[in-house]
Amino acid sequence: MSEDHVYLTLAEGHEDDARWAYGTGFEDPLHGVDTTVPEGVDASELAASCVALADDALVSAQRLAEWITRAPELEEEVALANIGLDLLGQARLLYSRAGQADGTGRDEDAYAYFRDADDFRNVRLAELPNGDFAFSIVRLLVLSSWRLAHFERLVSHPDPVLAAVAAKGVKELAYHRQYAAEWAVRLGDGTEESHRRMRKAIEQIAPYIGELFTAYDVRAEVVAVLRQVTEEAGLPMPAYRPSAGCGRDGEHTEHLAPLLAELQSVARAHPEATW
Amino acid sequence: MVTLQLDARHARHIAERVPDPELPMLTLADLGVLREVTLTEDGAVVADLTPTYSGCPAMAEMRADVAARLREAGYTRVEIRTVLNPPWTSDWITPEGRRKLAEHGIAPPGAAPRGPVPLTLSPTRRTVPCPRCGSADTEETSRFAATSCKALWRCRACREPFEYVKEI
Repeated sequence: MSEDHVYLTLAEGHEDDARWAYGTGFEDPLHGVDTTVPEGVDASELAASCVALADDALVSAQRLAEWITRAPELEEEVALANIGLDLLGQARLLYSRAGQADGTGRDEDAYAYFRDADDFRNVRLAELPNGDFAFSIVRLLVLSSWRLAHFERLVSHPDPVLAAVAAKGVKELAYHRQYAAEWAVRLGDGTEESHRRMRKAIEQIAPYIGELFTAYDVRAEVVAVLRQVTEEAGLPMPAYRPSAGCGRDGEHTEHLAPLLAELQSVARAHPEATW
Repeated sequence: MVTLQLDARHARHIAERVPDPELPMLTLADLGVLREVTLTEDGAVVADLTPTYSGCPAMAEMRADVAARLREAGYTRVEIRTVLNPPWTSDWITPEGRRKLAEHGIAPPGAAPRGPVPLTLSPTRRTVPCPRCGSADTEETSRFAATSCKALWRCRACREPFEYVKEI
């Protein structure tokens, strides 16, 4: 196999049912995994946890994908798309687990494409429009720090499927957090302009941070990371307060419905189609 | 009629040689994603695959390829199972796989971190030798690249960019 030709093998014939990371009607990503809910695990609580974590990931992935063709540099576009892809993969596994646990047998498409904004349980921070690059970086720092800390606890969850999804996710999220933290320091400790925009992003995001601490409390870990990064970046800590209203209860901003409308439009126009 | 020797070793041998859809210089065995191939009592082949990353878009392709190669080899009943635990680590790339990566200009990963990864804000001191000229005078240009599993680097000595399989 020569170096010039090794990638040509990819063009050779494949089975028709092989598909890549787009479209609907995928094979269940948990295919062949033992899906019994262990005794002592509350199946409806497990399903609710999986849906909340999957919704955070799906909505974040959609916002990250919106940076494609718009990021400041090609490398950043590739990075943001890769982070979104990891999150999309986590969402698929978690939706599949939710459908098994809640007894409805719904598949990932049913959760992603055929629920309305009121049924989504993501935190509102995930759904806010991208805005400035600084805003997206601060949001990614907060969300990845929270998710990593929460997944580290879920690794010992009594449900082996959720625990395994978390164990894989932890490795990915460490890269996401590292990426966001390095950018936060670079921009916070950069020019006057980049510093000003980071301050503004922190002010805009602060009111939405409290919402993360309502259900699963990993506040100490998240605050420690934010303190480490803001000190290094010469930025203020976000002044978060307990949240009034919460995406985890289905209370969303006006920004979620248009995001879903775009995400769901083709699947809803052609409900039986696969592509 | 050809009598097939339906034993697990033969089936494993077939599955092991399937190339990875994104790093086709590697087989699925080199990459460490083919976990096990077994035969059930009634003669079905069960192949266990583990995803590299949660969002790896090649998983469906890998499943289809392994099933197709096994069917071509005469195994009529094939089941591909997903195994999530333990999660894949770049440490499972075989020495042969590492050699092939380097041969194709992709730097193989170092040892994967064990346990929680702390956030470090000081510049990374890690050096990745250039897979083309061997120089240690290299730098990271992006921690994310054309596939989930790779980062982008460049060599200051030979001026060539190269990809690097991340430790995970």
